[in-house]
Amino acid sequence: MLATRALSLVGKRAISTSVCVRGGHGVAKVEDYTLPGYFDSPEQKSLKEKERGSWAALSNDEKIALYRISFKQSFAEMNQTTSEWKSVIGGMFFLIGFTGLVVLWQRKYVYGPVPHTFEAEYKEKELQRMLDMQINPVEGFSAKWDYENKQWKK
Amino acid sequence: SAEKTTRKCSIARGQREDHNKFGLQTLLASRCYSHGMQETDEEFDARWVTYFNKQDIDAWELRKGMNTLIGYDLVPEPKILEAALRACRRLNDLASAIRILEAVKDKAGPHKEIYPYLIQELKPTLDELGISTPEELGIDKV
Repeated sequence: MLATRALSLVGKRAISTSVCVRGGHGVAKVEDYTLPGYFDSPEQKSLKEKERGSWAALSNDEKIALYRISFKQSFAEMNQTTSEWKSVIGGMFFLIGFTGLVVLWQRKYVYGPVPHTFEAEYKEKELQRMLDMQINPVEGFSAKWDYENKQWKK
Repeated sequence: SAEKTTRKCSIARGQREDHNKFGLQTLLASRCYSHGMQETDEEFDARWVTYFNKQDIDAWELRKGMNTLIGYDLVPEPKILEAALRACRRLNDLASAIRILEAVKDKAGPHKEIYPYLIQELKPTLDELGISTPEELGIDKV
């Protein structure tokens, strides 16, 4: 029976490591796709023997044990979500906050003063110049200035 | 085989009439594609049942068949799964039998009504071979 031959082969660890015996172009180790085909303990060996008989005779725990020999994780375990996203978002906020601190420090200690054109007095002169030039007198800037009363229109 | 261009759910097939990609109703199983004759659902199913029914199927062929089948955009028909489960029995591989059940449940995705239907159809086989479902073993939850 093929299974017994396979089992005895497994016991002697005689499996070739590439599939060139079978297919001719040796792509990958077959064992990479499932857990190793050898058994760790005598209990597992005897369980595997019992598996060759009627499966109805196996208890639920034995069935689970057989499953675990072949598969590390069940589908439920494999598909379960993690809380990794919380770490990611938290880390993002932390680094953004740290960047904010760096920016504040830079403003204080790295950048020189702003140009004199930002001073209040200069800005007033700028505004007056724009009004004198009647910038956008129809619908925009100067249209909103009341030239008689020298104030912004209400 | 050529990749299916229309989504196939073989189970739903029996419950409604079909429209091929041109919107023509087909009561026949065959379809009209512009690019050669495609395999019918029955042929597809029959081919896979034959694959798993091979008496001296080996473990690699079982794994290869299942992995290929799971790669398709469909949930396999119960008769294909029954043949696969019987192949597991011939190979004395209970773990793979349980894994097959988990895999088809996963394949159904959001369509939660498919898996109970499959289990219902497979119940005689599961009882005969003594295969427990993942739910019975409690491994469907973490």
